[in-house]
Amino acid sequence: MSALVAAAEKEGQLNVITLPSNWANYGAIMSDFSAKYHIHITDANPDGSSQDELNAVNQLKGQSRAPDVLDVGTAFAVKGDQEGILAPYQVATWSDIPSTAKASDSTWYADYGGYVAIGYNSATVKTPPTTFKSLLNPAYKNQIAINGNPTQANAAFSAVYAAALANGGSLSNIAPGIAYFKQLHSEGNFVPVTASAATMESGQTPIIIWWDYLLASEIGSSVKTLKIVIPSDGVYASYYDQAISKYAPDPAAARLWEEYLYSTTGQNLWLEGEARPIELPTLVANGTVNQAAYKALPPAPAGTVTFPTQTQAAAAENVVAQQWSSVIG
Amino acid sequence: MGQTVAAPGSLQDPGALGSGPAAPSASSVRLTALSSLRWLRRVAGVVPFGAYVTLGLLLPMVAVAVGAFQNNSGGFTLSNVNTAVHGIYLHGFWQSIILSVLSSVLPGIFGLVIAYAIFTARRGNLLRQVAITASGVFANFGGVPLAFLFIATLGSGGLATQWLTDLGFNPYNHGFSLYTLAGVVVVYMYFQIPLMVLIILPALEGLRPAWREAAENVGASNWQYWRYVGGPVLLPSFLGCLLLLFGSGLSAYATAEALTNGAIPLTSIQIGSFLNGNVIAGQENVGKALGLGMVIIIAIAMVIYVALQRRAAKWLR
Amino acid sequence: MAAITGPRRFGLSASGRQRTSKPVIWRWVVLLITAAYFLIPLWSALRFAGISAFGSVIGFAGFGSSLWLSVKLATLTTLITIALMLPTAVYVHLRLPKVRRLLEGITILPIVIPPVVLIVGVLAIAPGFLKSSDLLLALEYVVLAMPFAYRSLDAGLRALDLKTIVEASNSLGGGWITTLWRVILPNLRTAMLSAVVLTVALVLGEYTMASLDLYQTFPVWIYVNSQASGQVSVAASLLALFVTWLFLMLITVLATRQSRKTGGGQVTLFAVTRQETRGN
Repeated sequence: MSALVAAAEKEGQLNVITLPSNWANYGAIMSDFSAKYHIHITDANPDGSSQDELNAVNQLKGQSRAPDVLDVGTAFAVKGDQEGILAPYQVATWSDIPSTAKASDSTWYADYGGYVAIGYNSATVKTPPTTFKSLLNPAYKNQIAINGNPTQANAAFSAVYAAALANGGSLSNIAPGIAYFKQLHSEGNFVPVTASAATMESGQTPIIIWWDYLLASEIGSSVKTLKIVIPSDGVYASYYDQAISKYAPDPAAARLWEEYLYSTTGQNLWLEGEARPIELPTLVANGTVNQAAYKALPPAPAGTVTFPTQTQAAAAENVVAQQWSSVIG
Repeated sequence: MGQTVAAPGSLQDPGALGSGPAAPSASSVRLTALSSLRWLRRVAGVVPFGAYVTLGLLLPMVAVAVGAFQNNSGGFTLSNVNTAVHGIYLHGFWQSIILSVLSSVLPGIFGLVIAYAIFTARRGNLLRQVAITASGVFANFGGVPLAFLFIATLGSGGLATQWLTDLGFNPYNHGFSLYTLAGVVVVYMYFQIPLMVLIILPALEGLRPAWREAAENVGASNWQYWRYVGGPVLLPSFLGCLLLLFGSGLSAYATAEALTNGAIPLTSIQIGSFLNGNVIAGQENVGKALGLGMVIIIAIAMVIYVALQRRAAKWLR
Repeated sequence: MAAITGPRRFGLSASGRQRTSKPVIWRWVVLLITAAYFLIPLWSALRFAGISAFGSVIGFAGFGSSLWLSVKLATLTTLITIALMLPTAVYVHLRLPKVRRLLEGITILPIVIPPVVLIVGVLAIAPGFLKSSDLLLALEYVVLAMPFAYRSLDAGLRALDLKTIVEASNSLGGGWITTLWRVILPNLRTAMLSAVVLTVALVLGEYTMASLDLYQTFPVWIYVNSQASGQVSVAASLLALFVTWLFLMLITVLATRQSRKTGGGQVTLFAVTRQETRGN
């Protein structure tokens, strides 16, 4: 480990990509890492997508600007593995990561995740929503929005999946989710814009369906009266994945970054961003969890969460791509 | 009026056989070589441009075209193209064309009127400077910020909506919604009109004041001036600007996506979901097939444009 | 003839019929509606953002360096674009009129190619030394600016009687460069200004390709530093508009001052058109 630290500090530079500073507390994570190891972090393409990350690894191969580490959705981690552009690596706490949440060839591993949640501005929304069904209440006319296009944005896609689970669908059947949003729109409750902190602050979309940790970090910081609730009828969670680029210009720094993220410090920093780090159960069992941050999380629904397989997800994407336009159609 | 005889070596030197003194037939081979050299000299002027365009535009385009017919392991396939011309993607092409036509013709006409108003204003200088610079800024404004501007103004709780409701007329109760194709057109005009103003202003200088005065002199009314003098002069440039606006409307996606979350199928948004998305992985070649489709649409638009220009030229006579 | 060029405002035509001041009113109505359409949404956004949000945007690190990068790119792009498009457009108008349609077709293509495709394609073929410098971005911006620059220059060239003024310049002994610089260019002032304004505004506002090429230009910086709150993000985008507008005003004012100094004006001596010569 100390050899790794020495090599990384010698490199002195880390290139990360698509990590907004208020996404799962990455701002604090990056500045803490920089201060601790005197490694300068360059964060490029802040608004980029998972596909952009893979493209950057391929296109900027051999450049000193190329990304060292990736934080992508699982479908893209798998794709990167298939393309052979990821380097296998096992962090010190490898055994604390569930086997279903990492690649068999150690090229990618889950980092943090959250639940699809309903965030609302309690100052303007007098009747708190609790479930997807409750959102059909006429009191919420012109108030509800999701964060993006379900064929392009993971959070929006997951919102549709969660709505499907709440309306008789399953991980293999996402159509009821689309039907739900169609109904929400015909009742006049659904506003088809891309919601953001600005749209909630200005009063245009007081209710937003998004990841719970993003509601907290991107909206909660400016809307003090924000309340987050995980709908009990549609429980859908998802984790993102870390990976190291095979062509990383700073390989030691990249590996040190991963070690840092999977250490207690890193995991707790993610927790402070109200995301659920993958090693949370271990932290709780060992008592090393940040209790205040842990208590601040919205109460998780009981039971275990099942994730869709690649086949189920791909099939669901096709259905959404074909039918999403019927929502306002 | 006879043909102008150009001085040899001037820019007007046609360099073609038969325009100079009679050539001896014995050296016909030498003349062919000379004329092809002359032709080379003629096209030499566009070689820098050609080289630049080949490297920076045509090569990436060829990469797209090739990718459209490849499957993920590099082999040839028609399945991407097949997907691209069916179902929601075909619907997307139609919607994109409709949106582009609306968001080129309407802003085209408004832009021309506004440009003319600016152009003919008396104390024009400051007004013209502000108009040109503001147009430049707005022509490149779009995406999420622009969508927010209009949500805050014409959204269901927007400023203008509230003003109108206070006046007794709530547009949302009468079928208007910002989040429909019509609403998207209204928002698109925010960058299409300034673009039109900027590129038609130079053409307005082709309208000599002398012609206006001459027309008035012979008793032409306003309408007659435009029908016989102003219109024909401006028409070729106007059509060219419409073509540009059409292309601009076709390729814009961030604004429409922020306004409707992809609920209106548009090819540009669909390409985005394939090529730089967070949901669908491994189908970039379908995105490239859609991109190829957009190139075909603009090629068809060019054909229509050329046909319209020919008719306009007839009108000129 | 002086009566015709008399005060237009009172609209006296040669036949003595008095026209109303309708043209004046019409112009003001158009300008007023236009101003309303463009300014009211800005006002709604400004109202929401609040003045203090602007202060916090400027305070973030990197404002200067990202702006400088964008200005550098804008200058480079504009110079290359004009140097490439102007001679080509003039040359084609003069000597290769049949190629004009092809040129129009080629210059419209960049607008329909998604920027992500363009940058991926370019990064695939660009040599290493180019990829590691921001020059590549400037070169790609030239391709993006091409449709707009060409369209402006084309509109300006159509408004001229190019053949005649070039012939006149030649007969007075001017070479290719002199003709371009001292005869054609002064007549293309508005077209050049439009082309330059569009190109500079494009570069100062272009986000997608810069972020995909992993550079922090001004628009990328604006995005990165607008995450603190909704009000800050709206303030940031309004600030970007304002800064761009200031730059363009600077360019426009300088250009107008320069042309007034050199006494440039439209060469209206040779306003002979096709219609007027056909009668001979």
